[in-house]
Amino acid sequence: MSALTKDRWRNRKAGDSLAGYLFMAPTILIAGVFLILPIAYAIALAFQKVQLLGDVSYQFTGLKNFVRIAQDDRVWIALKNTASYVAIVVPIQTMLALTLALILNSQIKGRSWFRVAFFLPTVTSSAVLTLIFMWIYNSNGLLNGVLSFLHLPTYNWLGDPNVALKGIMIMNIWSTAPLFMVIYLAALQDIPETLYEAATLDGASRWEKFLHITIPFLKPVTFFVIVMGIIGTFQLFDQSYIFSAGSGGPNDSTLTIVLLIYQYAFKNLDMGYALALTLMLAAILMTSTIIQRTLFKEERLD
Amino acid sequence: MKSLRWSTSLLYIVLIAYTVITLLPFAWALSASFKSLAEISAGGLSLLPKQLTLANYQTIFVQEPLFGRWLMNSAIAAISVTLLNLLFNSMAGYALARIQFPGNQLWFFLILAVLMVPGQITLLPKFLILKSLGWLNTYQGLIVPSAVNATFIFMMRQFFVNFPKELEEAAALDGLGRFGTFFQIVLPLAKPALAAQTIFVFMGSWNEFLMPLVILSDPEMFTLPLGLNAFKGQYISYWNYIMAASMIFTLPALAVYAFFNRYFIQGVAFTGGKG
Repeated sequence: MSALTKDRWRNRKAGDSLAGYLFMAPTILIAGVFLILPIAYAIALAFQKVQLLGDVSYQFTGLKNFVRIAQDDRVWIALKNTASYVAIVVPIQTMLALTLALILNSQIKGRSWFRVAFFLPTVTSSAVLTLIFMWIYNSNGLLNGVLSFLHLPTYNWLGDPNVALKGIMIMNIWSTAPLFMVIYLAALQDIPETLYEAATLDGASRWEKFLHITIPFLKPVTFFVIVMGIIGTFQLFDQSYIFSAGSGGPNDSTLTIVLLIYQYAFKNLDMGYALALTLMLAAILMTSTIIQRTLFKEERLD
Repeated sequence: MKSLRWSTSLLYIVLIAYTVITLLPFAWALSASFKSLAEISAGGLSLLPKQLTLANYQTIFVQEPLFGRWLMNSAIAAISVTLLNLLFNSMAGYALARIQFPGNQLWFFLILAVLMVPGQITLLPKFLILKSLGWLNTYQGLIVPSAVNATFIFMMRQFFVNFPKELEEAAALDGLGRFGTFFQIVLPLAKPALAAQTIFVFMGSWNEFLMPLVILSDPEMFTLPLGLNAFKGQYISYWNYIMAASMIFTLPALAVYAFFNRYFIQGVAFTGGKG
């Protein structure tokens, strides 16, 4: 390499470093201040008592916030509500999504039309969906209207603690299943047609093809859908907040972990404790993500 | 053959039934927004109003003078967030895909790691940072923290990795620098990826509830979801008004969805399958 080209090469490299960081600058700046710094901040503050009124002040309290979590009845209620929410919503929405995707993937006319229609709830805001469902469950609403039309007894759906969370579950399944349906549809279209053709030649039935080709192929995407479902449902907030006007009622039946964090931070102004609860939620979510990644990796090695 | 036709009919029945389940709540809400309070309180199952009235739509703008303001706040936030994301995510994605700068790998890894952190985790510290910046109840507080998105940086990177290099090399021969090449050659050809991004970022920002709830306390600065929630608290049994307000709020998102629908499915498949 001559001195000249070497020089030019060095210039080009220096230019690339500069250009690279100029292109990255907005991202580094914004993600640094509003993403990476907050994570560090959250970890540091979870071990402190934070005074929010007037000048913000901090006092190191060690593990006190975490000990308090274990003794807090409302944490257990929120965990129980959220866990039952996850346990019911995730399996049902996953199966519904798969069923709809399988039907749409068969050679059926008008499938893109159906797909557009099914997607409507997914693009609508959670605030609007919650209001629409409250209006349906309302004492003058559609649900009671249908019941009285059938001469069945009507009911105060919104006021019953045993029903409130189930009402949100139904809404959530209805609005999220189409999103996962599209993910399944994309995965179904990736299965090579030749596999099915070969199986047909071997005399496999439709059911056998489904069991031995479709299901194994969909395993990774199913893991993905389930973990995304778990993460999404664990973060339930908007619907509970709007439904209960922020209280988590009736009788704490719609209290979720994120709603509890919100209440401690902004109603009780107990920021340090709220952050300790946030770390607990983060641990739950990270664990499910890591489990998914590990399972997914094994899947790919097969 | 006969059994095949039977099973196809069954599939159609399931699809149509599910379409009804999907659309009925919207139809019911839309119809309520054109009914009078008297008709709503009387119950009844008719989707068609006995007497179609636009009074609900007039009332919400007159009785709630802030409604127009909320609409404007939401539009300002969603449009700014979308434009900034398109620019910043593309720039970062391009740098990660094409420019060999020191730390390239490290930043890529960091972005993948950030992808795994859900927004709720950073909510409270973000609030504290915005508070100390004096950005609570401001547009910049609403816009700047959402101006980049790890998912779409990753998506743009994947897009640019597969982008034909020859075009850029030709541009370099023509004497265009990195920035000129990017803005004049590369970005105009990235339209499909940008369209997919537009729809997701716009909807995400338009529908966002928790973050605005935390940082906005001044009703003048509310975005529509917060306004709707406040409105609901005030007019709790006036479902005709609440539904009219909900319909106005849903319309812009539906328009964006209808316009970019083609790219939407593509984007879901990407963020879902490969994210």
